[in-house]
Amino acid sequence: MPNVFGTPLKRREDPRLITGKGNFTDDIQLPGMLYMAVLRSPHAHARIKRIDVSAARQVPGVVAVYTGKDLEGKMGTIPTAWLVPDSDIKTPPHHALAVDQVRYVGDGIALVVAEDRYTVRDALELIDVEYEELPPVVNQEEAMKDGAPQLHEGVPNNIAFHWKAGEVPDEVFDRAEVVIRRRFYQQRLIPNPMETRAAVAQYNPSSGEMTIWCTSQNPHIHRFILSGVLGIPETKLQVVAPDVGGGFGCKIAVYPDEALVGYVARDLRRPVKWTEDRREHFTTTTHGRDMILDVELAGKRDGTLTALRIKNTANLGAYLSTAAPGVPTILFGLIAPGPYKIPKAAVEVIGVLTNTTPTDAYRGAGRPEATYQIERMIDLFADEIGMDPLEIRRKNLIREDEFPFDNALGLQYDSGNYHRALNKALEMINYDQFRKEQEEARKKGRYLGIGFSTYVEICGLGPSKVAGAVGFQGGLWESATVRVHPSGKISVFTGASPHGQGEETTFAQIVSQKLGVPVEDIEIVHGDTNRISMGWGTYGSRTTPVGGSAIAIACDRVLEKAKKIAAHALEVSESDLDFEDGAFQVQGVPGKKITFQEVTLQAYLAWNLPEGVEPSLEAQSFYDPANFVYPFGTHICILEVDGETGEVKLKKYVAVDDPGPVINPMVAEGQVHGGIVQGIGQALWEGAVYDENGQLISGTFMDYAMPKARFFPAFETAFTETPSPVNPLGVKGIGETGTIASTPAVVNAVVDALKPFGVKDLDMPLTPEKVWKAMQKGRREA
Amino acid sequence: METGKVNVTVTVNGVRRSAMVEPRMLLVHFLRDGLGLVGTHIGCDTSQCGACTVLLDGEAVKSCTVLAVQADGSDVTTVEGLGDMENLHPVQEGFWEKHGLQCGFCTPGVMMTAVGLLKQNLNPTEEEIREGLEGVLCRCTGYQNIVRAVQYAAARMSESEGHREVAAAGDDSGEGGR
Ligand code: FES
Ligand code: FES
Repeated sequence: MPNVFGTPLKRREDPRLITGKGNFTDDIQLPGMLYMAVLRSPHAHARIKRIDVSAARQVPGVVAVYTGKDLEGKMGTIPTAWLVPDSDIKTPPHHALAVDQVRYVGDGIALVVAEDRYTVRDALELIDVEYEELPPVVNQEEAMKDGAPQLHEGVPNNIAFHWKAGEVPDEVFDRAEVVIRRRFYQQRLIPNPMETRAAVAQYNPSSGEMTIWCTSQNPHIHRFILSGVLGIPETKLQVVAPDVGGGFGCKIAVYPDEALVGYVARDLRRPVKWTEDRREHFTTTTHGRDMILDVELAGKRDGTLTALRIKNTANLGAYLSTAAPGVPTILFGLIAPGPYKIPKAAVEVIGVLTNTTPTDAYRGAGRPEATYQIERMIDLFADEIGMDPLEIRRKNLIREDEFPFDNALGLQYDSGNYHRALNKALEMINYDQFRKEQEEARKKGRYLGIGFSTYVEICGLGPSKVAGAVGFQGGLWESATVRVHPSGKISVFTGASPHGQGEETTFAQIVSQKLGVPVEDIEIVHGDTNRISMGWGTYGSRTTPVGGSAIAIACDRVLEKAKKIAAHALEVSESDLDFEDGAFQVQGVPGKKITFQEVTLQAYLAWNLPEGVEPSLEAQSFYDPANFVYPFGTHICILEVDGETGEVKLKKYVAVDDPGPVINPMVAEGQVHGGIVQGIGQALWEGAVYDENGQLISGTFMDYAMPKARFFPAFETAFTETPSPVNPLGVKGIGETGTIASTPAVVNAVVDALKPFGVKDLDMPLTPEKVWKAMQKGRREA
Repeated sequence: METGKVNVTVTVNGVRRSAMVEPRMLLVHFLRDGLGLVGTHIGCDTSQCGACTVLLDGEAVKSCTVLAVQADGSDVTTVEGLGDMENLHPVQEGFWEKHGLQCGFCTPGVMMTAVGLLKQNLNPTEEEIREGLEGVLCRCTGYQNIVRAVQYAAARMSESEGHREVAAAGDDSGEGGR
């Protein structure tokens, strides 16, 4: 059988999706189904004085109306699942519907259930709420000040936690030859998967069983949490993530809405659907980033870096979302030194609650922010000492022979060849030639720039022991069941929950490679808690390194048992057998063999099994990795800034990523493309903006600039493949690298282009207006 | 008999379908909730994402911007009518071959947009394709493989339909001219 590992197999999920036969949550229609909609606060901060729902109740077709008071005590509050240790973390209650106070625009107040989509919206408008407005606070630094409006009882100065890792005393900076100090603002972003969130619930009163279909990246986490919130044991609660239209982190969290749908379906004994509209998505689905980073980088005049110190003031929004506390701390902080040998590092994080939409994971979650600051800082450092940005990287990058490498904050980078990825990327451009062209162009008033990003990221979350140590209230292993049916066809049940990443294909490639069975005979099952053993889902680029490895191990176990049966059937010892081309072959006796399918049938017939071997052929693995994995690479961006308008035109973009052995290069490349576009979105266009009253003024696609096809040139991508010693496949992750790497590559390139104007830094997004102003300032000062 | 509703008859994917609908009902809701054709998706409420794109009398339109009553008497093609696995439309084939989709949520609308685009220009440059995708949003793919998918479809369509089709496409764009 030809190698399937490493081939660009067409995706097996596509036939249903290109013929309109996908099954997304909002596609689900159940007999007697009702529609739910939630009334949301128009104020950022207010007391609810009175709610009158009587008019809404009168609307023909309305079945029920509930307010926060109606539900108080009848369902649990929505918990956070990341209790960062040694941080004095406060977890104020988050009611599914606000009881007497609203804390952000979008906070749920009441809900209506009706016979159809239109009626439910009509009725919503008839709910009359009297508010007593309170002063809001939207900025995290303002929120920490004495006298600032207080969001929750028992959270003084709105500080939810204060966390530290590492220490670098002041004198290190006082004595350093060069110190760069810079403040970066990681703007707030709106995830905006094209499918908004949705949930459908169905309750069976006679059995007490409930099914909730929802847009989840991790149905088992949803079941775990919703079971507690709704008071339904896991034995009777099924959560299904059907086709999910992208997540990017915002479908990790368990939200009030999914719990409400379940509550209402049980209360009314009818199926209920809720679908977020896009406007609602903008204000109620978790946002990403919003961190103020104060960074200090010390080093020598020769370019050697010696110490890094960061203070991160993170805006968490009005309540602590499921994974929110982990993002600015663990996921950001520990990888902050990046791919460079920086012997000393310290990170301090203050998590602050404000009258804004809660923040949580967004593609990369913490790592884009970490990569951004170090990639910008190293450029600033190079500029300060007059060194080429390429040279300073070469000098400080961890060398191939230094792995495993312990970074200054306790992470052990598994494997890497950073210089190889950098060199490969450089082969795809002509650096010297570019610098000449840049020089020439400047003379003619044209501004070209080049930016590098030689990133490393941490993914494959992760060892459960570490998850526990850093306060994540769950494990981070993954489950796999490989069930070989009597015919030799195989069902694989994975606890990972892909939603666009293509694992129905790439996981089948792993199994096919391992067991010599054609891909067509393998089915990958995911997303249904009733069919699949407990697992932890898809995020943090863990699906392949953790979920895929679990599958590989379960395949090994299947093979181990099959070999026993094969040896018995062929009357040889196991050590006489080789497994190749889907058959057990007796060494040195051509033709004496038994196929995997024949062995499978024997395993099920069980007429003649070896002593001590049980019937059937099925194996399970609950794989807990020993370490994280660390993909890396080099991205290079070349662009031109229009000297008249400030517009940035991308000219060339090169990405070399190393995710370990690539299972399907076509799928991996697709992940890189999508990531790059999202990362460039942050660099150039995207940004959620609140006014001082806490109104989101970038609350539709008209005001929030989503990347479009015409903004980009074709990207040039390539891979290097450095296996990880951590897992049996040697694989790392590829889902977030593009987002992590591209943002600083682009900003570095813009700053490089603007050098003639004396520009050292600009806050994202680098809109034409901002760039133009920076140029004007430079012109005035020149 | 429900009051305030009006009768709408639309030929959808070659089949005449009639229903009583509220005058304010959007075509996309009529297709999804009324006819159960859930392949057409909804991605926004400001007619910017293109997820809802269908062919209305042969022209790609966002079905969230059309009322069901406005489509009365018209011909609608949704993704379900574009082609099935036994008989894929070249655009569908291109999306599969070139990995033009990841989560697949935007895909029906993007494919219908591409069909509309190729009706007007069977031989688009990369730039023309990227511009032709102005009205659609995809959060997953970074667009590059969508562009490749459309290029693939364009090549397939021009090779299989030959010069006869070139003349017909000229007529089409005349009709659908803006
Ligand atoms: S749903 Fe029609 S354009 Fe977005
Ligand atoms: S494939 Fe997911 S939005 Fe386009």
